[in-house]
Parts: sequence; structure tokens; C-alpha cells
Amino acid sequence: MNETANNNPRWAFFIIGFLTLLTLVTYSINEYYIYLAAYLWFGFVYGMCLQYGRFCFSSAFRDLFAVGVPRMAVGIMIAMVLFGTVSAFVTATGNSTFHPAPYGIHSVIAGFIFGVGMVLTGGCASGSLYKAGEGNVTAMLVILSISVSQAVFVDIGGWANDWVPYSWHQSAVAKGLPAAINAGDGWMDQYLAGYVWNQPVLLFSQWLGIREPFAAAYVGDVLVGIVLPAAALLIVVYFIWYRKGYLRKRAEAGLPVSGPGVEAVGYWSMIIASKRTAIAGLALGIAAGLHMYVMKGLQLKFGVNNFGTLMKEMGITSGLSAKGTVFDPGYWYVTTQEAQWVGWVFNKLGWDNMDNIYFGLENGIPNPLINPADWMSLALIGGAAVMALLHNEFKWKGTNRELAMWAIIGGTLMGIGSRLGLGCNVGAFFVRVSQGDVSGWMFGGGMVVGAYVGVKFFNWWTERKMAREMAAFAL
Amino acid sequence: MKFEKKSDGVYALDCCGYVCPHPQLYTKKAMEKMKTGDLLELVFDNPSSGESIAAMCDALGNEVVEKTGQSGKYTWKIRKAAA
Repeated sequence: MNETANNNPRWAFFIIGFLTLLTLVTYSINEYYIYLAAYLWFGFVYGMCLQYGRFCFSSAFRDLFAVGVPRMAVGIMIAMVLFGTVSAFVTATGNSTFHPAPYGIHSVIAGFIFGVGMVLTGGCASGSLYKAGEGNVTAMLVILSISVSQAVFVDIGGWANDWVPYSWHQSAVAKGLPAAINAGDGWMDQYLAGYVWNQPVLLFSQWLGIREPFAAAYVGDVLVGIVLPAAALLIVVYFIWYRKGYLRKRAEAGLPVSGPGVEAVGYWSMIIASKRTAIAGLALGIAAGLHMYVMKGLQLKFGVNNFGTLMKEMGITSGLSAKGTVFDPGYWYVTTQEAQWVGWVFNKLGWDNMDNIYFGLENGIPNPLINPADWMSLALIGGAAVMALLHNEFKWKGTNRELAMWAIIGGTLMGIGSRLGLGCNVGAFFVRVSQGDVSGWMFGGGMVVGAYVGVKFFNWWTERKMAREMAAFAL
Repeated sequence: MKFEKKSDGVYALDCCGYVCPHPQLYTKKAMEKMKTGDLLELVFDNPSSGESIAAMCDALGNEVVEKTGQSGKYTWKIRKAAA
């Protein structure tokens, strides 16, 4: 074994040791920090699962269109079914922290913009985090780009106000928000308060009119909202992208190639084709469901709805929103904490960015060192790094001009798309679909179309580069 | 990215440093242009691309005849099957 491989386990244990020490030290300062630790360790588990399963939402749609591989499409559906099933118990017992998002055409447009971006960058929001944990500098640039674009986009006013329909402006001003927020100024403020907040919210269980909590959660939201659409989508995936190769292999082996039994076996073989991905999907889904349960449990234990209240009790008020809150979703989320850490840097550099809804009214800009959601993402990177190190897959990979260009452009689109959709592939798609929120599938539909466009572009781009390489020889 | 002809029927594709989807796209394009029986020596260092490339080869019947990997760098040899 060479020296690098010898050192890998040491680095892995260093990361685990650091996060463990952090947990113990913060708990010894104040027991409220167990709340932050819960986010941290679930983030760590997410990171390990993502890296182990090469779990990437961008891959789900992109690799279907680009190279005909359904691996991640299957993985996501497995994860969503598991997440939905586990968290349905939390919901049915009245302990969910989840709130459905307003749905409308904006959900689809946001998903489209995000979908194009995530193909250009090479990974979704969570995928870029785990790839950063593998030592991928381009992925780190993507994270930076998503963070900066969001922090700018949520506060942009001036010329951007010219792009706001007057009806949005009127509606935003009429909401009676605190004067310090100035909801009538800023593109994002008027988009949120003047348009998005006026749109309806809907769970599948509500659409079906199911009232009894357990039936609503399991039949309405899980069965109708997740299982049936996921199974149907995978049937489409099977017939378009998997069946031909599967029947070819059966024919080569002299096995029957027609009949419903053959197709059913083929469908199942597609589901279990990648054990890694299936295991990662299972683990992610269960962990995400347990995460909701644990956060709700801690909220009940401490008698709070938001970490901001605990911060105040610890005497920390810097960075709290006007409502006394900080970003505290109670489940896996990726993009807002990325906007927050850059927003905090901008704020320290003198930018007044607390006069908007996103930071000033809802999420605050706490110090990143005590921002629970930030630690969830940092530990996600750490968990991915540990998994990569233990399997000798960690490698520092620098970037180049071409990849940096895609990282910045794609990351910017992902940042904008996530704010328009109020979340990314995790927050606006994975979580919402798993909780029976109709807006989840709408964002997902937009992502699929966006990914298709992104792949078309990259097909053209890589064909050009290939032609240049082949100019020197005939093929 | 480097794609070159090493000898008759043997080609080399170096995608080191590239993230998804570049390694899998370049591999797909290289295989499409090669003849049945030709060998592609592929080098890449993005683990997730390996999953896609392996699945792609399996679906099309192209054989991955050799796989080596060390410290996050992978060298695969893929033989193109008949269509």
C-alpha cells in the first residue's frame, strides 16, 4: 500500500474525531447545542450514503438522456418511497415539521432553470456537496457559485424592480410586513410576497379528501403521492431505456424474450441493477424520515418551534430574523444554509442584506459556526470524505477553465432556480414529493425538461471537442 | 480530455479531471466511433462516472475486460461488441 492509502484511514478518523469533539464540547457549553449536533450527524449520514451510492439527482435525469442509464432514477424513487413511508408515521401522529409549498407554474419554471444548471455543473446541490468531500475542487466551486448567486438574488433591487409586475408590487406592499423588510423593494421580496404566497398549497391527501390522519399519510400521500407515480415513471424508464439491453441479454442466454412474466422480471432487474444505489437509497430514505422525527422530538423536549428561540435563551441574538427565527427546517435541506454563509460574509463586509424577506424576515443570517443547517452541510461533506477515504477514492482534483466556467454558470442557474422554487433537488423535489406535496412533482417535471436541454447542449459541446481530437487520425 | 489512436484497433481516452457527465459522454462517443473488436483504454478519476460507464457498457454488450483503480484514479479497458 502506498503512503496515500496508508494515511487515508487516519484522515477519516480525524474527521470523525473532530465532529465528535465538536459535539461533546458544544454540549458541555449548553445542552441546547444537541439540536445543532442532531443536524450535524444526520448530515454526516447523508454524506456517507450519497458518496457510497454515487447518489446524484442530476445523474437521475441526465444519465437517462445522455447515456441511457436508469441507475439513479431508480435510486431516487426507492429513496422517496422509503422517506415517505418512515416520515408518514411522523405526520400521522401530528409531529411533522414539514409545510407544503405554494404550487404553480413558477414551480415548473424554477425546476427547469435548476435542471439546466445541474447538468452544466455535473451534480445537483447535494451531489456537489458529496463530490466536494471526494476532493473535487470543481464541485467546491459549484457550491460557492450556488451560495453567492442566492445571496445576491434574494436582495437584489434597483434595476431589478423594473422586472416586477405591478400586481406583485401591490400585493407585496398590502401584506403589511414589518417596515424594516421593505417588501415593496427587491425582486425576490415582491416575487414571494406579491405572487408565491398567493398561490395554493396542496397535499395529495387533501386533494383526495382523506381526513383520518393515518389514511391521509399512508394512502393519500405515500401510496397516491409517491408509490404510484414513481412506479409508473419507472415503467416508462424501463420501456424506453432498459428493456432493449435486458431482452438482448436474455436472447443471448437462450431465455424467453416475450410475455408479462419476462417484463416483470425485467422491471425488477432494473430496480436491483445497482446494489450500491439501492442500498444508499434505502438508507437515505430511512435516515431522512428519522431526521424529521428526531428534530420534532427535540423541539418538543425544549418547548420550541425554532432554533432561534434557543439561541435567544443562550444570549445569542446576532443574525436572528425580525421574527426571532433562523433557518430551521427540521429535515434535510441544502441551499438556504449555503445562501446564509455567503450572506453572513457579505453582511460583515458592510452589505445591508437584512432588509429582505429571505434573510430579514424568515431565515436570519446567524454566525455560520452556530448555524445548525450549515453544520448539516459541512458534516455531509465530512461524511462523504470519510467514506471516500476509507475506500481509497479520495483524490484532490483541480479544476480547469472549461469546468470552472460550467461550475459558475451552472451554479448561478441552480442558485436562482432554487430560490424561485423555494428549494433544490432535495428541498423542492425529494422532500416535497416524499411528504405528498403536489409542488414537488411540478419542480421535478421542470428539472426533467431542464436536464434534457442541458444534455442536448453538452452533446453538441462534447461532439465538437471530440471532432478536434480526432482530426489527427481517421476513425 | 485527450483521445488518441495508440495502434490499429486500440485507442486511448483520458478524462482525468472531468466531472459528470463528460467522462461518460466522451466514452459513449468514442465507443460509437470505434469498430467491433476495437479496444478503448479509458482513464478517469470521477467515481460516479464509473457507475454510468459500467451500466452503459452492460446495456450495449461492450465488455469491460480490465478494471484497475488506485487512489481515486481508474483505468479501464473496454472492448466494443458487435451492434
